[in-house]
Order: sequence, then C-alpha cells, then structure tokens
Amino acid sequence: MKESVVIIGGGIAGMETAASLLELGYSPILVEQSDHLGGHVASWYRLFPDMTPASEVVASLKSRLDGVTVFLETGIQFINRLRDGYNVMLSNGVSIVAKAVVMATGFKLFEAAKKEEYGYGIYDRVITNRDLEKWFSGIPDERIPSAPWNIGFVHCVGSRDVKAGNTQCSKVCCMTAIKQAIEMKEKFPDAEVYCFYMDLRLFGKKYEDFYISAQKDYGIHFLRGRVSEVSETIDGRLLVKAEDTLSGRPVKINMDLLVLMSGMLCNPAAASIASMVKAGADDSGFLRSRDNVTGVVESERKGLFFAGACTGAKTVPETIAEARSAALSVHNYLRRPR
Amino acid sequence: MDFGFGLSPSSAVTLDRVDLSLYRKLEELNPDIRTCIACGSCSATCMAAEYSGMSVRKLILNIQRGADVSKMLSCCMLCGKCTMVCPRGINTRKVILDCCRYFK
Ligand SMILES: Cc1cc2nc3c(=O)[nH]c(=O)nc-3n(C[C@H](O)[C@H](O)[C@H](O)COP(=O)(O)OP(=O)(O)OC[C@H]3O[C@@H](n4cnc5c(N)ncnc54)[C@H](O)[C@@H]3O)c2cc1C
Ligand code: SF4
Ligand code: SF4
Ligand code: SF4
Repeated sequence: MKESVVIIGGGIAGMETAASLLELGYSPILVEQSDHLGGHVASWYRLFPDMTPASEVVASLKSRLDGVTVFLETGIQFINRLRDGYNVMLSNGVSIVAKAVVMATGFKLFEAAKKEEYGYGIYDRVITNRDLEKWFSGIPDERIPSAPWNIGFVHCVGSRDVKAGNTQCSKVCCMTAIKQAIEMKEKFPDAEVYCFYMDLRLFGKKYEDFYISAQKDYGIHFLRGRVSEVSETIDGRLLVKAEDTLSGRPVKINMDLLVLMSGMLCNPAAASIASMVKAGADDSGFLRSRDNVTGVVESERKGLFFAGACTGAKTVPETIAEARSAALSVHNYLRRPR
Repeated sequence: MDFGFGLSPSSAVTLDRVDLSLYRKLEELNPDIRTCIACGSCSATCMAAEYSGMSVRKLILNIQRGADVSKMLSCCMLCGKCTMVCPRGINTRKVILDCCRYFK
C-alpha cells in the first residue's frame, strides 16, 4: 500500500506539495479549512512581475491533484506524536496515522484597522491591498470612486513596525504596491498615483524593471516617507500627511483613495498546531525551521515538514519551489531505512 | 514695538497644489528624469557641489516639489561628470541645459 502523508493547508504550498508527493508515488491527504483550494492566491487577480492571472496558477495546480484525497472545510482537532510518525485527528472525525506531516498553513494578513491613524474602517476612502485585488477581480467596492484624482499607496502597514508587533519585512508588498499602482493608472490614466515608501525592496528577477516601468511609462510618484496620519476633509476626501524625507519637508496631500499595504503575519493557528507536537514559532512569529539556511522546510521534529509562507513571507515562485523541496525532503525521509 | 516674535513661514508642501508646469515640460523633453532614484551619485561626483550646493538630485526633487531652482542652475559648469555616474542613465547635463533654457 502507498504511504500516506498528511498536508495541512490547501493554499498553493499545500497543493504543490501534494501534487509532487503524488508524482513521487505517495498517497497525499490534503486538509483545507476553507471551502476552496488556493489559499490567498485564490483571491488575487494578477501576479507580479508578468501579470499572470492568479486563477491560472491555481487551476494548473488543481489539475495535478487527481489521486490526492482532499478534505475541504476540515480543520485539525489534534495531532499526537507516535514512536514513528503522527496521529492526526481531523474535525470531520477522520483519524489518520502517517509517518510524515507537512504544514502548509500559510500566513494571515495584518488587520489594517489596528493602525488606527490610517483610518481603515473609519474613513470611506481607505482600503487594503486585499480589497483592491478583490475589486480587480470584479467584486464591486463602493469605497473606490469612479474618477479619482489622487490615489495613494502606503507601504509597510503592519510590517517593520515594533508598535504593530511585527518587525519583519513582508517582502511582497513593495512589488504588490507597484503592481497595483500600475493597474490603477491603467484604469484611471488621469489620476496621479503616489507610493509612500520607507525603503523599496524589489529583490527578484525583473522586479527593478517593473519599478523603472512604473516610474517611466506610468509616471507613478515615489515619495520616501512613512505616512504619519490620515484625516477626512469636509468634502469627504482624505488628507494624508507624511514627510518628504528626501527634501526634509513635511508634505500634505488630498487623496481620493488610499490603499494600505497590509503585511504578512504567521497564521496563529499554525503555531498552536505545531505546539501540539512540540514544534513552534520563532521570535518572528513564523514557524521555526530546523535551520534557516540549510533546513527551511524541515522542523526540529522528525517527520514534520514545512512548506510556503508558514515559515516567513514568500512570493508565489518561492512558495512553489519550497513546496517541491518539502516533497523531496519527505521522500528522502520516508525512504531512509529505519 | 518689536518683541522679537514672528510667525515662521510653513515649510510644508501641499503636493496637490504644487505648480508642476516646469516638471511636465522637462519630463516631456527627458522622460528619463522620472526614473531618478535619488541615489546622490550626481551630487557626490560634482566638482561644484562642495562649494555651491549644486546637486542634480536636489534639482530634480525641487522641480517635482515646485520650488525655485534658478539659483542652483547658475552654479553648474556643465562638465557632464554627473551624467557619467547616473545609474539610471539620465542625461543630467541635458536636463540642466533644458532647465537653463526654460529660465532664460
Ligand atoms: C496582497 C498580496 C498580494 C500578493 N501578490 C503576489 C504576486 O503578485 N506574486 C507573488 O509571487 N506573490 C504574491 N503574494 C504572495 C502570495 O500570496 C504567497 O506567496 C502565497 O499565498 C503563499 O501560499 P501558502 O500556500 O504558503 O499560504 P496561503 O495562501 O496563506 O494558504 C494557506 C492555506 O492553509 C489553510 N489553512 C490555514 N490553517 C489551516 C488549518 N489549521 N487547517 C486547515 N487549513 C488551514 C488556509 O485556509 C489557506 O487555504 C501576495 C501577497 C499579498 C499579501
Ligand atoms: S516589502 Fe516593502 S512594503 Fe512590504 S514590508 Fe517590506 S519594505 Fe515594507
Ligand atoms: S554638469 Fe554641472 S551638476 Fe553635473 S557634475 Fe558638472 S558641474 Fe556638477
Ligand atoms: S545620479 Fe541619477 S538617479 Fe542618482 S540622484 Fe542623480 S539623477 Fe537621480
């Protein structure tokens, strides 16, 4: 009989791990708490840097799952460590004994309302990166005006912020801001689009070209300074305050829409599942890998592996590469004579 | 009577009220200036910088913020060193020349 492997979380990390393990001859069991696969990527519209439709990525991963046991709307009741493996109890009453378990529980978006000074949930014209992706996908949002003059993007919301309880850089939001700024400029060519950044972190292949194009072809303005506060004007617009740190002068600007780039935090459910088997989170809040250089997809516990954004902020290609790496690590682990 | 008090003028810039006519003209002639990343290479290499405060970085920024740049322009010797170091390939010397023409 084929060896079972339990994968917790059906985002792109879990899907790729399951597909790769299936191809390696195992019998993967994919457990997803929501009613659909794809995780966060299922709610994005297009992906940087090539504007790939996110739905294509999810569909191509789905097409490789024929033969994987998928449980939707199913959570983890508990996990026990056995002498050689784990006993996983699902919320639907199914109990599974498996030698290897892969956690692919992903991330949680920072709740923008916690940065009260930006007015999310208070002012009508403040939205988040997630809200904008949904709107791009065709879900109406009455906070987005039909003819905005000025649109602002606020970088590092809930990231690199001791007071927000997260000192990490979320890595993807500079690129997401630039991508969304370009998409807004395409929809509203007459609008002025501003990005308020502290540092621009554009580390990947083609990312800098994307930035140059945003500057040159789309005329997007990049202003180095963290937005300090937002207030509503009498005519229902927003007054945004920041320092233009390059000229050393405070700036004010009226905006018709402000988009907050909420950061990536570890999904809190992940740490509590991991703690049931005496693994856990490190001081970044994300799951603790065996080693951050050579063993990112391995935990400190035998037979427990990690894939994707549960160990830190990651892009889609990084997540997929890591999921394949996790599948291979599981394979090598199970093959080892014991 | 003068008590020595006075209102200091505000240094704040209200971005949506800035006069961008010079910037618009310049970016039409030199679309590359939009790609300036404020790295400061131009000012660091400029022979006039240490004596006069000349800085192409500040020139571009000030034009984007609608500030007066005529004084700064008179400090440039048009040697072109700044153009050689710009990582974004901006023809900074031409930007300066275009500014001078505009102010004439
Ligand atoms: C606004 C935004 C835009 C982005 N745009 C891009 C882009 O354009 N290009 C790019 O490369 N990257 C982008 N990213 C990054 C991308 O979203 C992540 O790389 C990707 O989502 C990580 O996938 P994952 O499967 O690890 O996690 P997730 O997508 O978070 O999936 C985790 C899954 O696990 C499930 N789960 C969690 N806990 C449990 C549990 N206890 N039991 C069962 N199931 C559970 C969740 O329901 C979810 O389905 C963006 C990120 C953000 C925030
Ligand atoms: S990727 Fe950019 S916006 Fe996101 S936290 Fe890092 S620096 Fe801030
Ligand atoms: S061209 Fe002008 S600004 Fe450029 S290096 Fe020479 S003197 Fe300085
Ligand atoms: S060297 Fe070029 S990119 Fe750098 S500040 Fe000067 S003009 Fe801008």
